[in-house]
Amino acid sequence: MAAGVAAWLPFARAAAIGWMPVATLPMPVAPAEKSKRQDELIILNVSGRRFQTWKNTLDRYPDTLLGSSEKEFFYNEETKEYFFDRDPDLFRSVLNFYRTGKLHYPRYECISSYDEELAFFGIIPEIIGDCCYEEYKDRKRENAERLMDDQEDNKDAKLPNMTFRETMWRAFENPHTSTMALVFYYVTGFFIAISVITNVVETVPCGSSPNQKDVPCGERYTVAFFCMDTACVMIFTVEYLMRLFAAPSRYRFMRSVMSIIDVVAILPYYIGLVMTDNEDVSGAFVTLRVFRVFRIFKFSRHSQGLRILGYTLKSCASELGFLLFSLTMAIIIFATVMFYAEKGSTSSKFTSIPASFWYTIVTMTTLGYGDMVPKTIAGKIFGSICSLSGVLVIALPVPVIVSNFSRIYHQNQRADKRRAQKMQKARLARIRLSKKGSCTAYLHSKRNGLLNEVLELTNLQYKLNLSDQGSTEDEQHLNKSTSLLANQHHHLLHCLEKTTNHEFVDEQYYQQSYLETALQNYPSRSPSLSSHEGMTGTCCTRPSKKHRHTPLPNSSTTTHMKPLAHSHQGGLQELSTIHIQPLSSSRCSLNLCVDEAMALNCQSGQITTAIITMPTPPLTTPEADAPLPAGHAHQQNVVKVSAL
Amino acid sequence: MGALMVIFSLQPKQRRKMTDSVEDELELSAVRHRPEGLEQLEAQTRFSRKELQILYRGFKNECPSGVVNEETFKEIYSQFFPQGDASTYAHFLFNAFDTDHNGSVSFEDFVMGLSILLRGTVQEKLNWAFNLYDINKDGYITKEEMLDIMKAIYDMMGKCTYPMLKEETPRQHVEVFFQKMDKNKDGVVTIDEFIDCCQNDENIMRSMHLFESVL
Repeated sequence: MAAGVAAWLPFARAAAIGWMPVATLPMPVAPAEKSKRQDELIILNVSGRRFQTWKNTLDRYPDTLLGSSEKEFFYNEETKEYFFDRDPDLFRSVLNFYRTGKLHYPRYECISSYDEELAFFGIIPEIIGDCCYEEYKDRKRENAERLMDDQEDNKDAKLPNMTFRETMWRAFENPHTSTMALVFYYVTGFFIAISVITNVVETVPCGSSPNQKDVPCGERYTVAFFCMDTACVMIFTVEYLMRLFAAPSRYRFMRSVMSIIDVVAILPYYIGLVMTDNEDVSGAFVTLRVFRVFRIFKFSRHSQGLRILGYTLKSCASELGFLLFSLTMAIIIFATVMFYAEKGSTSSKFTSIPASFWYTIVTMTTLGYGDMVPKTIAGKIFGSICSLSGVLVIALPVPVIVSNFSRIYHQNQRADKRRAQKMQKARLARIRLSKKGSCTAYLHSKRNGLLNEVLELTNLQYKLNLSDQGSTEDEQHLNKSTSLLANQHHHLLHCLEKTTNHEFVDEQYYQQSYLETALQNYPSRSPSLSSHEGMTGTCCTRPSKKHRHTPLPNSSTTTHMKPLAHSHQGGLQELSTIHIQPLSSSRCSLNLCVDEAMALNCQSGQITTAIITMPTPPLTTPEADAPLPAGHAHQQNVVKVSAL
Repeated sequence: MGALMVIFSLQPKQRRKMTDSVEDELELSAVRHRPEGLEQLEAQTRFSRKELQILYRGFKNECPSGVVNEETFKEIYSQFFPQGDASTYAHFLFNAFDTDHNGSVSFEDFVMGLSILLRGTVQEKLNWAFNLYDINKDGYITKEEMLDIMKAIYDMMGKCTYPMLKEETPRQHVEVFFQKMDKNKDGVVTIDEFIDCCQNDENIMRSMHLFESVL
């Protein structure tokens, strides 16, 4: 039911009079209000605090506890009020939801108790208004994370039935799970440190021989350093291969940053092994050694902070890009200016614009080495402007990056944005579904509508005949009170259908019929019992044969029989056995059965039950055809059965 | 230096903001509207006191300021037709209810309109319907006006219908309508032709009484 605007339903129904002169078909009968009751006050006693409201207010949301007949369970006969043993403070929000149509989340309440109240009263939390929804979601997420953290402490117990591979992977990823993993973790860390220190010490001059110039240690103790290097590389290689083996998705592992760093760290050694003999590329070989320094990045596996730093830089890519861009602009401008300003002076160091770049960079970053200084007055003026503006250009984007880092650090790298987006989509989807619920409720009640009417107006014998095919459920459907409001709303939609001579259908059915028009399928079967049977046989597991023998008087006295009926008289007589499928159709997964049911025409005491049954592939009229039922049915082999 | 410039540019904005908020407040208070007394409305319409009370409570709930503008009107009406787009028809309805054409529907307009629709004579109802269809209120319903109305009604059905809605369905419906209503075949329907024709049509007569028990 349209939320919160239930009071405007009379207006919408009155406005439907605007369709009447346009409609070509007679309108359905309005649902009778069985008792013209005045709006009454209901007393809701929640743990001693009495709330009062109009009954209509509660009826606005018939699928909640207070709006449906479920509240009768809480009715107290002696005091003539509804008693709920719940928190009265939280009940305020619930009741305000009925009154205003918006659900608010009070910030001082505990999130889990609020959730429990909502669940008790049958209200879905997605309806919380936009004003409070973010707060609600944040609190809920915090709570969930807290619960998860508590659980994680217990998670370290080894799960049974893990393969050796999975155990290894888990050991690599969480070093705290077992002692072996911890040992491995520290050993690799130690060797990374050794390797880095080796690389550094290699270049320190340990001059010993007095006559020779200082030789770096690497060339003095070549063998020793070579052995160290080999040992480290062996450890790293073994580690890399083990990780590769244990990874659940090898391809993804190989693409990850950490594994690339690993590869880059050990590759120079192997390339060096291969290339030692060739003298020409030894120069290149030397540069390859530079890559050994990447081993230090392997530490990022051991440090959460390093990872966060890397992530920050990645996420601040746009700010960094802006910084770079603005710096480049400024450098070019000032370098040009300085070059031309200093062109005149003799023995100027500003030999070309690119040469001035160095001066500009050093000045803008306030380094000021002093190896290049302007000598002309103009040069000095522009030089000072350069250094002043350098401060500004660099200082501006830096706080953004810093704040980004702190934010990410505090969020602890949980992929919040991604999850929030998913939540937003899920929330919108649920709200959309509950809104669609009103329309599907209408379609559902259309199918049940026929059953209700027929059962009301036929005799008991008919009911008895139905008893063997689970008419208990029929009874239940009949007795299930759809609220008056819902009835009136459905009646309104029904009037619209009659005005336009088109019916509302489900999405699924619409897609199907759309496909079929594309296929342009024309069955040539004539309406006959066989098609009737065949159709039911294919669609619905519940056989309609049992229905068949229940006689429904085929009245010829109805003045409202469609002209079509007369033309198909012969075939109709046989098919007067009503194809009552609403019950089974509601269980039918195929929408085929569902919507070929009944358009219910109720006219003052007479029932003209028009049922459109169709052979299995349903058609829509091929060409521009007057949407009148007569012509419609003719070309489509639909059969209209009038009964009663 | 740049910081100084920034500070200077901020100041005039703040001053502008203050004057804007004052004006906004004035506007808001002007929009608030209280309806005439209950007795007067009772005299002018055919509703009883209780019915007027119920109507006003619902009205005020949705529109606390006392008047409903077109946007709110469209929103409210669209909630009853979730499958289709009811905004065009709501626009026409709004114009039909807003009898003094001031862009908003007050409670009096609302209740007068409802009184005609729910408690009026058949003549009055038909008059109201004619007024709804006659978009430019010149006393004639042309085919274009009728086509607009028809499209608006079909829009409310939405996409998922059986049989599938086609482009020419509203146009055909308009043709049928004109064939029935336009007696002298001059391409327009006048109020007299309309009322005459409707009074001779049983279906329409019956449907006019359909909503009398509402409220």
